[in-house]
Amino acid sequence: MAETIATPGAHDDHGHEHHDEGWVKKYLFSTDHKIIAMQYMFTGMAMAVIGGFFAYAFRMQLAFPGMEVPLWGVVTSAEYNSLVTNHGTIMIFWVAMPVLIAAFGNYLIPLMCGVDDMVFPRLNRLSYQIFFVSAVVLIWSFFVEGGGFGGAWTAYPPLSAKAEYSLTPSGASLWLIAVALEFVAFLMGGINFVTTAMNSRAKGMGIYDIPMVVWMIVIASILFMASVGPLIAGAVMLFFDQQLGTAFFDPAQGGDPILWQHLFWFFGHPEVYVVLLPAMGIVADVICVMGRKKLFAYRTVLFTAIGTGVLSFTVWAHHQFIAGIDPRMAHVFTITTLLISIPIAEMCFCYIATLYGGSLTLNTPMLWALSFIATFLIGGVTGIFLGASGADIYFHDTYFVLAHFHYTFFPIAIIGTFAGFTFWFPKMFGRMMNETLGKIHFWGTIIPFNLIFLPLFVLGAAGQHRRIYNYDNFPELALPWMQDLRILATLSLIVMLGFQLVFFYNCYVSLRRGKKAPANPWNANTLEWLAPSPPPHGNFGDKLPEVYRGPYEYNHPDRSEDFWPQHVPN
Amino acid sequence: MRQRTLRPAPAPASVAQRRQQLLPNGVLGMLIFVITEAMLFAGMISGFLIVKANAPEWPPLGQPRLPAGETAFNTAALLASGASLFFANRAYKVWPNRARLPLLAALALGAVFVVFQGIEWVALIREGLTLTSSTHGAFFYLIVGTHALHAVAALVALGWSAWLLSQRRLRPGTLQAVSLFWYFVVGVWPILYFQVYLA
Repeated sequence: MAETIATPGAHDDHGHEHHDEGWVKKYLFSTDHKIIAMQYMFTGMAMAVIGGFFAYAFRMQLAFPGMEVPLWGVVTSAEYNSLVTNHGTIMIFWVAMPVLIAAFGNYLIPLMCGVDDMVFPRLNRLSYQIFFVSAVVLIWSFFVEGGGFGGAWTAYPPLSAKAEYSLTPSGASLWLIAVALEFVAFLMGGINFVTTAMNSRAKGMGIYDIPMVVWMIVIASILFMASVGPLIAGAVMLFFDQQLGTAFFDPAQGGDPILWQHLFWFFGHPEVYVVLLPAMGIVADVICVMGRKKLFAYRTVLFTAIGTGVLSFTVWAHHQFIAGIDPRMAHVFTITTLLISIPIAEMCFCYIATLYGGSLTLNTPMLWALSFIATFLIGGVTGIFLGASGADIYFHDTYFVLAHFHYTFFPIAIIGTFAGFTFWFPKMFGRMMNETLGKIHFWGTIIPFNLIFLPLFVLGAAGQHRRIYNYDNFPELALPWMQDLRILATLSLIVMLGFQLVFFYNCYVSLRRGKKAPANPWNANTLEWLAPSPPPHGNFGDKLPEVYRGPYEYNHPDRSEDFWPQHVPN
Repeated sequence: MRQRTLRPAPAPASVAQRRQQLLPNGVLGMLIFVITEAMLFAGMISGFLIVKANAPEWPPLGQPRLPAGETAFNTAALLASGASLFFANRAYKVWPNRARLPLLAALALGAVFVVFQGIEWVALIREGLTLTSSTHGAFFYLIVGTHALHAVAALVALGWSAWLLSQRRLRPGTLQAVSLFWYFVVGVWPILYFQVYLA
């Protein structure tokens, strides 16, 4: 069993908070989980700026074909393909994963489990360093001869396998190397998250006393590690096809191009839940604290999440309904795909039941959390049309698909991140965020977001195909009303990107002049609010907390205060 | 004097490393890693099976047959290495020094496996089986090569453990974690051997 109180001397020997290290050692090569979390957070945000800028460039081309785009120039068809490909790649692998899993996981797991650091701190540091190299390799791939890879983030062969098709002899391979390095980084991170949460919890913290966000990150890490193997196998095969002239995916020489799709989507579909679950966990914690209520049906939510994870391994072929799979097989995958909407709906209902009758504080983190539930539901409901193989044959590769998955990924990667970031900002930096600027940023993001993607549902239902660079060449898709909707979407995007400046300004102002945050500004129960804001190296000082109850005891009838922290004996 | 005790370990840098509730930290971390590795091999094997099932002739005409008989000897060496490591673990619990011999035997048998695989590869390349000669060759080198890389990495870890043992610094958790990885490398091989060489 674990010891709760650090042996005296252990801290002094290793100089928690006593070292006077240089800036480089402290911030660039630290093994402290909080510093590594911030490294992931800021790298992810920097990559989000690049990904958002790419979206701006290709949306301008779609709205105003052939126009000289400010800050970019004329978007050529090769550049268009590369922009779309790398927008998707960056937003999923270099924004959603590092921020939601690595940054929040690193920051929250040791603090919420009441321990001073990760179990494998040096592995953790190596994880970020490899991740950083992967980001550099990806950015490098934009500048090599032939430009960045343009075969879509799914990288289907034969387009991705042969330089004479992709026209990016080195870009395609560098893209693949970057993705592979990134997986290695998250593998190391995931081993740390699971081991720390399972092995190093505070004394008294049973498995049903773990905050939901920690559980969700652990389940997501396990899902990632159980699904990524086949994709790594596929990536090695694709790399061999590109560089060594093998024929794993070349049907002319006995290979099978559909094999890649299976290997990719066997990972690719669980990946949706890998990023969804941490966002669901963040939202669970935010609505409990801001709603002052116990999470409705903690165990149901937990087992539902585990069930979702298991089920997510059985749905991958719904991405391939028109790739020539047997219709009988398509029926099986239709059924599993429709089934998986049940646990996700169940979790959303549990969250709504948590909100029911609560005394809600509608501050910035809560607005983000509520909007997550609302927008994600739209994404989930539209997914049912795509999961049914009959409807999918019509909708496949239209903007309906695109709008659907942006209605899932945007709430996950952007709304979930902002909910968590604004909620834990006082803990991370020791200052309160400016509420007015936070609300301006919230409404300036959420309204344009809907104005971008609601029109795209209409365009998709009208048959607008994805992966078309200039609709002027397709008269039936270049009708004036369709072009108007495209312009509406693009202008909304520009407005939304503009409002992100409010966020960065808010961070700057709050860090410089924000009100000093107390240790527990939200009157929350979980252990991270026991540590000072910001927590020092070693988190809790010499006496680590013990846990006496679950994480969500708000408005308990036996207690005069409306919260009951986990570490308080009575 | 009996050398039963370990040298005092450097104090763990954090409380996180001193706590353990399920399994030793290294073993739990390795277990998760082994799950990922198992899925990696599952992905390769399923890709191989799909391509093989769709091929009109397997192995393709004009491609050399794999030396199933010689590899059976090799397989036996690898399995013996795994068994030897199992006994090393048992001996270690009783008296760490007694683990030295079976650990070195496991290391030697594992090295025999890797060296004979290398000799087999050279012969096969001479006979015209290469990465680009057919999907048969490509999958053979991919799957067996991935396994060989794992075997080499595991042997390095085993050699490191043996060195730590000779310095009386080998921790039980380290030996268990390294052993777990070697058991995986040994355990996955009969499946690969059956699918690639025999079936």
